[in-house]
Amino acid sequence: MARRRSFGDISYGIVIGGLALLALVIIVTPVVVVLLMSFGEGQSLKFPPTGFTFRWYAELFDASQSRQIHRAAGNSLEVAALSTLFGAVLGAMGALGLARSRSRMARAADSFFLSPLVLPGIAFGLAALMYFTLVGLRPSLGLIIAGHMIVTVPFIVRTTAASLSQLDPALNDSSQSLGASWFYTLRRVTLPLIAPGIAAGAFLAFMSSIDNVPVSLFLSTARTDMLPIRMWGMMESSLDVRIAAISGVLIAAAFLLMLFMEWTVGLTRRMRE
Amino acid sequence: MKTALALRMKGAGYLGEWQLALPLTLAFASLFLAPLLLLFGVSFFNDDKLTEPGLAQWGKFFGDPFNYKVIADTLLLGVKTVAATVLVGYPLALVFIDLSARLQRVLLFVIVMPLLLSVVVRTFAWIVVLGHEGLINTLLLRLGLIGEPLKLLQTELGLVISLTQIEMPLMLLPLISVMSRLEPNLRDAAAALGASRWRTLFTVIVPLSMPGLVAGCLLVFASSTTAFISQTVIGGVRLIYLPLVIWQQSLVVFNWPLAAVASMALLVSILTVVAALSYLGRRASGAIHG
Repeated sequence: MARRRSFGDISYGIVIGGLALLALVIIVTPVVVVLLMSFGEGQSLKFPPTGFTFRWYAELFDASQSRQIHRAAGNSLEVAALSTLFGAVLGAMGALGLARSRSRMARAADSFFLSPLVLPGIAFGLAALMYFTLVGLRPSLGLIIAGHMIVTVPFIVRTTAASLSQLDPALNDSSQSLGASWFYTLRRVTLPLIAPGIAAGAFLAFMSSIDNVPVSLFLSTARTDMLPIRMWGMMESSLDVRIAAISGVLIAAAFLLMLFMEWTVGLTRRMRE
Repeated sequence: MKTALALRMKGAGYLGEWQLALPLTLAFASLFLAPLLLLFGVSFFNDDKLTEPGLAQWGKFFGDPFNYKVIADTLLLGVKTVAATVLVGYPLALVFIDLSARLQRVLLFVIVMPLLLSVVVRTFAWIVVLGHEGLINTLLLRLGLIGEPLKLLQTELGLVISLTQIEMPLMLLPLISVMSRLEPNLRDAAAALGASRWRTLFTVIVPLSMPGLVAGCLLVFASSTTAFISQTVIGGVRLIYLPLVIWQQSLVVFNWPLAAVASMALLVSILTVVAALSYLGRRASGAIHG
């Protein structure tokens, strides 16, 4: 169907296309700029960087020069792994428990489990600090793990619920009418089918735990330092170019992990659901 | 052991399925609800040792006109960031739905990637872009458009630009998910009936994509108003928002009751905006489907 291109259509193309291009530039530029900076020779954050060096990466990976960063990174990984593990078990169970119910209670519980996504994290971080302190618990990685689990489990509940809603209920019924127990059906029919959904949610939860600031800000101490908090400290005090190197490592890790998740469970498709 | 468990669960049948949600409910009750209630309770103490109950800190916080400015600035920052992400994000979503499936996958990857990058990394990146000798100033100086470097760091403009990128994926994901489910024939029908592309956009596409737009606005608003690291590092010390007040009062001054009052102010003002937005969103989508 041929249509005359009017002035309005052309202006539409220019304005919408231009703004979309601007959006892409805004999204991509900072990532590229940081990568370039991390290989620059300069001591300051001058752009464009001069020269090419692996010096900042070498300093970053040197155990004696960057001991605090290594410890913070180790803590962050441990907290992310354990909070994701607990979150995956509790979150998947929670989504399974609520999936079939259309009751008011179940819907209320569902929004309750998702509420950490919109609730200001900084208010929860402070609340958790007060709560643990007044209960008499000393700061530890265990408490950070508990706090991270609360704010990251919504991702797992959401993706698991999304895959459960696409599950054909007839599969469940036929398995049970063939004599399989409820638990056997769960283990051999339901879980394998929703596993990619749980994995996608667990991946998002893991990444958001690594990235978490508000909870770690209040619950971490010098002994239980976390990577984002340490990086914040480095940015506030001296603009150390090693931050660019840390960023480079994190960008590469996020990129590889995302390729892997895209390939295995179709991550981006699940995030659209 | 496993069979015993299976037998017990079989006895419970479907009816018992909701019990699977019990552990998560318990975890949320003890680690989420209880702390938030405690936060509310702590705000009703006059002194930082929590010995004397009273409304003194509420009076102190809301008696100081400066704090009203901080609340207004925080909410305005959220509104400006939402406006900026809609302005550039919505067109990108429009372009996205017209792409081939293959290009859509690539673009989605590009959009999601920054979401998975640490907020601290993204904040650092903007320091390099906006700095005195950063990308923008170097570029503008070389093009001869400015005589001397612009001050972009520690200004609200710089902060809004940075937050636009930092929060953009939260706007784009819900938008794209709603817009890719739109019936493509609707646009052709509008065109066949003689509507210009602008008219089709505002009378057909925007109303139908309202649920995604509202969801995106909610997430961006909630996230940008509490983006403590970006606010302090890019905004600097002269731009004061509520998260900074909460942090200072709790971890620097150790006045927990006042920090609790500031947290309640942040919570209530954000949740009010979120509730109002989702009400408007429901009404808008109800007006189309109902």
